Amino acid sequence: MGELEVEKHAKYILAVEKKKDDFQSVVMEHLRLNGAYWGLTTLDIIGKLDAVNSDDVVSWIMQCQDESGGFGGNIGHDPHVLYTLSAIQVLALFNKLDILDTEKVANYIASLQADDGSFAGDIWGEIDTRFSYIAICSLALLHQLDKINVEKAVKYILSCQNVDGGFGCIPGGESHAGQIFCCVGALAITGHLHLLDKDLLGWWLSERQVKCGGLNGRPEKLPDVCYSWWVLSSLIMIDRIHWIDKPKLVQFILDCQDKENGGISDRPDDAVDVYHTYFGIAGLSLLEYPGLKPIDPAYALPVDVVNRIFLSS
Amino acid sequence: MDSEDVKENRVPFSNRSEWSDIKPVPQDDGPNPVVVIDYKDEFVETMDYFRAVYMADERTPRSLDLTREAISLNPGNYTVWQFRRLILEHLNVNLHEELQFMDQIATKNPKNYQIWHHRRWIAEKLGVGAAHKELEFTRRVFSQDAKNYHAWSHRQWVLLNLGCWEDELSYCDELFNDDICNNSAWNQRFFVVTKSPLLGGLDVMRDSEIMFTIKAILAKPGNESPWRYLRGLYQNDAKSLLNDPRVASVCTEVLLGGSQYVHALNLVLDALIHQFQPGEDLKGAIEAVYSSLDLPDSTSDSELAKRVCFILEKVDPIRASYWHWRKTTIPSQAL
Repeated sequence: MGELEVEKHAKYILAVEKKKDDFQSVVMEHLRLNGAYWGLTTLDIIGKLDAVNSDDVVSWIMQCQDESGGFGGNIGHDPHVLYTLSAIQVLALFNKLDILDTEKVANYIASLQADDGSFAGDIWGEIDTRFSYIAICSLALLHQLDKINVEKAVKYILSCQNVDGGFGCIPGGESHAGQIFCCVGALAITGHLHLLDKDLLGWWLSERQVKCGGLNGRPEKLPDVCYSWWVLSSLIMIDRIHWIDKPKLVQFILDCQDKENGGISDRPDDAVDVYHTYFGIAGLSLLEYPGLKPIDPAYALPVDVVNRIFLSS
Repeated sequence: MDSEDVKENRVPFSNRSEWSDIKPVPQDDGPNPVVVIDYKDEFVETMDYFRAVYMADERTPRSLDLTREAISLNPGNYTVWQFRRLILEHLNVNLHEELQFMDQIATKNPKNYQIWHHRRWIAEKLGVGAAHKELEFTRRVFSQDAKNYHAWSHRQWVLLNLGCWEDELSYCDELFNDDICNNSAWNQRFFVVTKSPLLGGLDVMRDSEIMFTIKAILAKPGNESPWRYLRGLYQNDAKSLLNDPRVASVCTEVLLGGSQYVHALNLVLDALIHQFQPGEDLKGAIEAVYSSLDLPDSTSDSELAKRVCFILEKVDPIRASYWHWRKTTIPSQAL
């Protein structure tokens, strides 16, 4: 059995963008807010969030906010819901949500809902169930769900359900674990899970586990560590997590580590990145790997952070 | 112009006379950057000049070219794409030329969200006339990666909004010839059969589709997709499916084949749970599989569904918990 190299992963995340002449770091510039969410949430799960100066992060995040109320991926970038959710989530990690003009952010997100209940990512109008989840998750964390038409949002999401019980990015789109996470998460947050055929979807999700123990995102595709999150969190939300072989999945994730330099990759022996490091560790948390903070499967934030938002007065 | 061309022939902006009036704007990472990035020189310079024209809202041919260079260096930067769209609209650029540019960069970046979105935006403006070209484009993408999710979303959008359904079913056939396990192609087939205005809908197509799917199953019984497709044709009514003698027959045949029978058995199990009465051939095939494995001895007819679960727990151990649960859902009459 392998072990989770917690110290190495912490070091990797803290050093990730300090590499010189690394083109990968350079091309991530416009989505650094996503990178911050992946890196910082991972640090929180492994109990090392205090290695980061929260004031610096918070002030940088606020500079990413556009006059529309939405956030861009970095300072000077156009707003998009993708980065708006990451901003909210990172502020939540640091218990700094009160710094936001909640009304303004909520209005930006709500303005992106279309007549059929779907959501665009930004003013340019791309529609995808990912954005339905992002809008609903963001607004719920801000206690502003009543700014949108929740019934229509749910109706649109259900229209993207396929006969196999899964969900695609638009009606008729192939069932895909990432899209399924988004749709199930949105239904969970809005209290509509009862509208799902959990047995049918649970079976589809359990079939994502391949012989080596890893999970893929669609039939006949290769396993990838990020599906440890998308598939697993979906299974947990519909109470069917016991339908996969958990020890085998744990072993697969552990095998995807770079045990020397830290970080986790999509599958064993590939190059690591922050995205897969987060999803691997978040997946291990869902599998109750010892020493990790529990993570909420719908909000994708540590449970104590979610409780702080919803349970304190 | 791709990123290699940019490197070889590149003259720094600071040496280009047509840019001499612009003061480049460096990336502002705030006073104490969270993470310090060391950028490559040409990328730095290009983005500094981009920021200058973006903040000045300069929508000119030179800024259009600049966005092209920035995109070639980093096609993921969505702010550059958005500004490019503003310039294209302002200058009223021929969008067919823009599509040519898209064709060039797409091959190196088949999964880039911004590129697909930009393409959709162009196609929307060009309208119905763009349908054929867009279908051709996705076809080229599929020749490299037949499961590219973005390309399938785009193709579906084109069909629904711009039309051109005529050859879609036969295109699915082509893809199946390359790879019968292509789940995206199976999903597309269902999409066409249910949504094409030319075919008459699921009820009309069901019979021929069952024949088609059975052939695919016999070619590779362990392939998950045709089994799901089969269920889809009957909207998950497993009992009605198994009451079709052709379906019962293919399940029997797969079982007698002695391997790759998990999906077949699962379908039979669903039907049994819903009071399906199997014929002697199918019963015999199940028994043959059961006795080939080291399982508890049992001869009672009424325990058929339970025995199917025992088989599945044994031959698909990674999902043992699921099959165990299925056993608990067997109604007492079916036991």
